[in-house]
Amino acid sequence: MRRLLNDTFLRKAVVRVPYAWLLAFFLLPFLIVLKISLSQTAVARPPYVPVFDLAAGWHGLAAFVSGLSLDNYVLLGSDPLYVLSYLKSVEIAAFSTLILLLVGYPIAYAIARMPRRAQAVLILLVVLPFWTSLLIRIYAWMNILQRDGLLNELLAAFAIVKEPPAWLSTDTAIYIGIVYSYLPFMVLPLYATLEKLDETLLEAAADLGCPRWKIFWLVTLPLSSSGMLAGVLLCFIPIVGEFVIPDLLGGSQSPMIGQTIWIEFFGNRDWPAASAVAVVLVCLLVSPIVIYQNQATRVVERE
Amino acid sequence: MQIAGSKQDFAPWTDPGARPLLRIEALTKRFASTVVVDQLSLDIYDGEFFALLGPSGCGKTTLLRLIAGFERPSSGRILLEGVDLASVPPHRRPVNMMFQSYALFPHLNVEANIAFGLKQEGLANREIARRVADMLALVKLEGFGGRKPHELSGGQRQRVALARSLVKRPRVLLLDEPLAALDKKLRSETQFELMELQRRVGFTFVIVTHDQSEAMTVADRIAVMDRGRLMQVATPAEIYDRPDSRWVADFIGDVNLFEGRLGDDGLSVEGTAAGRLRVAVKPEAPSGAMVWVAVRPERVRMTREPALPGLDNSVAATAIDVAYLGDLSVYKLRIRDGSLVKVTLANTGGRLERAISLGDDVWLSWSPDAAIVLTR
Repeated sequence: MRRLLNDTFLRKAVVRVPYAWLLAFFLLPFLIVLKISLSQTAVARPPYVPVFDLAAGWHGLAAFVSGLSLDNYVLLGSDPLYVLSYLKSVEIAAFSTLILLLVGYPIAYAIARMPRRAQAVLILLVVLPFWTSLLIRIYAWMNILQRDGLLNELLAAFAIVKEPPAWLSTDTAIYIGIVYSYLPFMVLPLYATLEKLDETLLEAAADLGCPRWKIFWLVTLPLSSSGMLAGVLLCFIPIVGEFVIPDLLGGSQSPMIGQTIWIEFFGNRDWPAASAVAVVLVCLLVSPIVIYQNQATRVVERE
Repeated sequence: MQIAGSKQDFAPWTDPGARPLLRIEALTKRFASTVVVDQLSLDIYDGEFFALLGPSGCGKTTLLRLIAGFERPSSGRILLEGVDLASVPPHRRPVNMMFQSYALFPHLNVEANIAFGLKQEGLANREIARRVADMLALVKLEGFGGRKPHELSGGQRQRVALARSLVKRPRVLLLDEPLAALDKKLRSETQFELMELQRRVGFTFVIVTHDQSEAMTVADRIAVMDRGRLMQVATPAEIYDRPDSRWVADFIGDVNLFEGRLGDDGLSVEGTAAGRLRVAVKPEAPSGAMVWVAVRPERVRMTREPALPGLDNSVAATAIDVAYLGDLSVYKLRIRDGSLVKVTLANTGGRLERAISLGDDVWLSWSPDAAIVLTR
């Protein structure tokens, strides 16, 4: 009896560890950000009011709550800067995810059709860039994309362009940087599903009168949908909040949302506005994250 | 579905004027340096239930995949109704395959799986729906059309796979170990269902199996294969009663083999471990040739006394092992030169004499027509 009691206690404790972790390191910080987003900016330390003071007791709590307001969210809706910033982020994330899918699928498909030994090497090559810091790789791209950089030299050498175009500080540079950086996140889940694809299903489709190109549409593509969804969400979600790539490769005329948060925090020292921007971003991304989670659980259950 | 008549007198292979539906000519398939199918020639007739039987790795599945078009022959030809299939890709061949793993599309339900092949033919939706419904009825899966493959039992999946490969009315249906994934009881039931189904639809079936009782149950003719070659092609009864090689005799059922030299009269074999043995049919071999006498274990009589002392086909033995299997008992006995003889005895009930047990000395005998003389 005693043992049983201890066992259940232990089991419950083990289950609760991840919850405790999420509570301490995700929910609590998020609540703090949420709280700051409801405050007003002030010339003080920390740079906002009201500040929650436990020592003031019930009276202090009442004063704190009455000091909160939705002003920052109203600001977000009224100033087109923020709305444009969100739209820009979603636009860049959507298009670059599409490009990633179009580039990543053939790569994953080709790798999955290789002999076993070659597959391992190729997958290693796909993840190899992770061994170098993202920052260094983006600086390398700055080098390649600058006016007298490698790309323009190549274009000039093959006489493709007369006048070397400016790549840096354009959306094209952002797309290049993002597609380059996120490609492994698209290729890996796609490869994982395509590699598991049962070859006899393709033979069965051919046997039932299906020509090769049609087998791809009717069998291969639908059976890799879980991998495609995983890859799309794994890329889309972080790209929306991407900061380093647009900051180093893109222009300053229309910032992505990550840059807007940075400007509010460090440029304007407006913590409450920055927090409000961040909270809205989290709310925007909740639905794709939930879709991804459902998909992941479904896949796990099927296996 | 037309109901084909009984197959009582079905034996087109005995008719020299009959044209085979499927003709395989000197077919060879090599993978790297190994020859998997070796100069194989074979005729299969319309309406036949044909079994390719052999141990694993004998090339039977490769032969099936060559017919389906998934493998290309290294040399030789495959002709269907006189047309060479060499340039016909798998999706244009009027043959369908039922895969060992069933290969049902996991993202499609039962109906869509069965309809898949018909949709490729561009049939009208109503025609497709009608034929799918017919098939579901044929394999007794009405009401399961909306299920996904993972919601079905192994036996149900097997029937969906069968329906999917039948619905296109193939000239030849290829079945690759179709029952291997079923448990023993279900397998033997399904064997009879499969045989009955083939009679009803009247298509030509070619089944690949490593299970001899399965092949014997369902097939009109069996081709026994070993290392890419055909060892013997004949009806189940012929294969069992008149195997033409030691290998086939040993592969199909159990057999006792006695090596000796053919006597001058051609009806006796001299100098075997069991002495001089008499046979009923003259083998096609010169006298003095090395031959083997094969006797099935159930054709050997066991008696406590020598039936007629000094008679041929009679040998003294000692029981060294007895296995009781319920319907029959299997005896292993040692004869005087030390070799072993296997005898099976049907346990028919009424035991008139005391059962023979371990260590008993007995006499073994068999009639000359129970013995088969093998020359290779």
